[in-house]
Amino acid sequence: MKESKKLKKFGSLLVASSLLAGVLAGCGSGDDSGSGGGSSSSGGGGSSDGDTIKIGANLELSGNVASYGSSIGLGAELAVKEINDNGGIDGKKIELIKVDNKSENSEATAAAIKLITQDKVVAMLAPATSGNTVATVQIANDNKIPIVTGSGTAPNITVNEDGSVNEYAFRTCFIDPFQGIVAANFASNELGAKNVAIFADNASDYAKGLAKSFKETITANGGEVVAEEAYVAKDADFRTQLTSIKGANPDFIFIPGYYEEVGLIVKQAREMGIDVPLMGADGWDSPTLVELAGAEALNNTYITNHYSAEDPEPKIQDFVKAFKEANSDKAPDAFNALGYDSIYYIADAIKRAGSTDGEAIKDALADTKDLSLVTGTFSVDKDHNPIKTATVLEFKDGKQVFNSKVNP
Amino acid sequence: MEWIQQLVNGISLGSIYALIALGYTMVYGIIKLINFAHGDVFMIGSFIGFYAIARWELGFFPALLLAMTICAIMGVLIERIAYKRLRNATRIAALITAIGVSLLIEYTTIFFRGAQPAAYPEVFKNKSLDIFGVQVSSTSILILSVAVVLMILLQFIVHKTKIGKAMRAVSHDADAARLMGINVDNTISATFAIGSALAGAAGVIFGIYYTKIDPLMGVIPGVKAFIAAVLGGIGIIPGAMVGGMLLGVVESLVSALGFSLWRDAAAFVILILILIFRPSGIFGKNAREKV
Repeated sequence: MKESKKLKKFGSLLVASSLLAGVLAGCGSGDDSGSGGGSSSSGGGGSSDGDTIKIGANLELSGNVASYGSSIGLGAELAVKEINDNGGIDGKKIELIKVDNKSENSEATAAAIKLITQDKVVAMLAPATSGNTVATVQIANDNKIPIVTGSGTAPNITVNEDGSVNEYAFRTCFIDPFQGIVAANFASNELGAKNVAIFADNASDYAKGLAKSFKETITANGGEVVAEEAYVAKDADFRTQLTSIKGANPDFIFIPGYYEEVGLIVKQAREMGIDVPLMGADGWDSPTLVELAGAEALNNTYITNHYSAEDPEPKIQDFVKAFKEANSDKAPDAFNALGYDSIYYIADAIKRAGSTDGEAIKDALADTKDLSLVTGTFSVDKDHNPIKTATVLEFKDGKQVFNSKVNP
Repeated sequence: MEWIQQLVNGISLGSIYALIALGYTMVYGIIKLINFAHGDVFMIGSFIGFYAIARWELGFFPALLLAMTICAIMGVLIERIAYKRLRNATRIAALITAIGVSLLIEYTTIFFRGAQPAAYPEVFKNKSLDIFGVQVSSTSILILSVAVVLMILLQFIVHKTKIGKAMRAVSHDADAARLMGINVDNTISATFAIGSALAGAAGVIFGIYYTKIDPLMGVIPGVKAFIAAVLGGIGIIPGAMVGGMLLGVVESLVSALGFSLWRDAAAFVILILILIFRPSGIFGKNAREKV
């Protein structure tokens, strides 16, 4: 029995250490929202000297999400060049001032302060990620300089937890829960889905938000949720949940999550003979997804995304052509398009405001209606979020093919 | 039908746990060490299989043998370098060293290839067989048969060969075995080699069945296999097999009942209950046979 006592010790040590690991992991995932604030409100409203209008760009040009920020920057530069070539805004040229925030919250805050106090910009392109953007919101509010993020999709950029709107924060992309609504409408209207299943990543707010809005919309459309299963990130075995889903016999499965797990889910589902349409959102958008799932398994799956370079609409094709000319034949991705649109969105507001005063620009940004851009035509709602179309893409032999556009 | 399907899922998962658990149990049986680096040997096996199949274009069986061989060598090296000189030290020192070795293997792998996951290539055209309405994929049959063959082979080695006899003798009493002329060091090395080879095989099978592998993939299956070994009675070879299968099935059933988020928790609950009520495990008896 001495033996088993020692074993007990090992066991309890193991349990204790895994509990500790769990607690630590829990703490780690909470810092997504970033810590904003701490700004020095020294500058007043922006000014523009002579015949240029200065717009700042606070972007991730290095660091771990450098590809997002750089892409936004390339799109923004193209837009600035086009606007200036067409005579600028009321005869004044736009000057884009780019600052690298190194993909860090604190650097994003510092960059915002520099742009406002030293460069005296009239408006700013906010960082590409939600966390970095949140870090600059307070500075924008304090200094009355509007910021527009191209790809920050977290709801708390424009609306605080208590429901109050951040006066000076705007965005060009739709917010996370919106994709759930679009997917639900696509499922009911285009695919005629009646009995749907939801298989969501329960470890991410992104996926939970999508699942919630999808469920509300599909129920309102007259569909029925016949199975709801969950997984957590880093799982590898989804067969048990998929077996339960299969038993409920759905004609459509919604899988909000990120590509690492989704790839395996799609593969395992197809192996188990689940051949109904599967759908996800922009979290699926990665070449790794195709590697994990295999091109064949991905047939008959759909995602919602911000934009598709294959969309036949003339406005989009013009943009694709112009971008390819400026960037050695590289096809623009969603970030390029969102950066491009953000500049047009700001320029349109400055033009309508007829002034470079921060408050006037902010009001014009909030009043935007039916502005036609590459990633969709949009109006801004009371929460400063654009109401716009989403693009639905279908996977065909491992390639994303433009399927249709869905209005909210 | 759905329940039988879940049972099939559980047995496939369980046979992977069982193969890893065998390594834990053998090492514990012979030197009373919980080798926490075992899950990472499993990971290395998976990556060797991946490179063998995807880069060097070997077939499944050559890749499996290669992974088992390299893992066996690695197991011996780990024992010789890290554990041998601690053989007379306190058990907690050996345990902490094991955790250290585990982290060393994980982060050395990340250093060389990064932390991003890799996708296993498709080795077999996966066909689903329909047996009375239950979908059984050809891969899960393969997993089960490879696991069963390896387990039978292990039983044969332990009970019918000279080295197996030596292993059983050392596990009963190392000093007495030494007096009888058994080379204890070599016997312990052989145990590590066999246990690690099984973990390597489990790694390749895991890759083929679950597709995604990454440098930290060994952590959770390693812990689960440890639980499986304790469940069956640590130090007892049939116990590890039964414990592994049982754990896999329990996890599948917990998911099937709609508690998929509690699946990992269920494994730990089993560990706690076993330690409270039957610390010697299902197969544990007062007079028990160890490896």
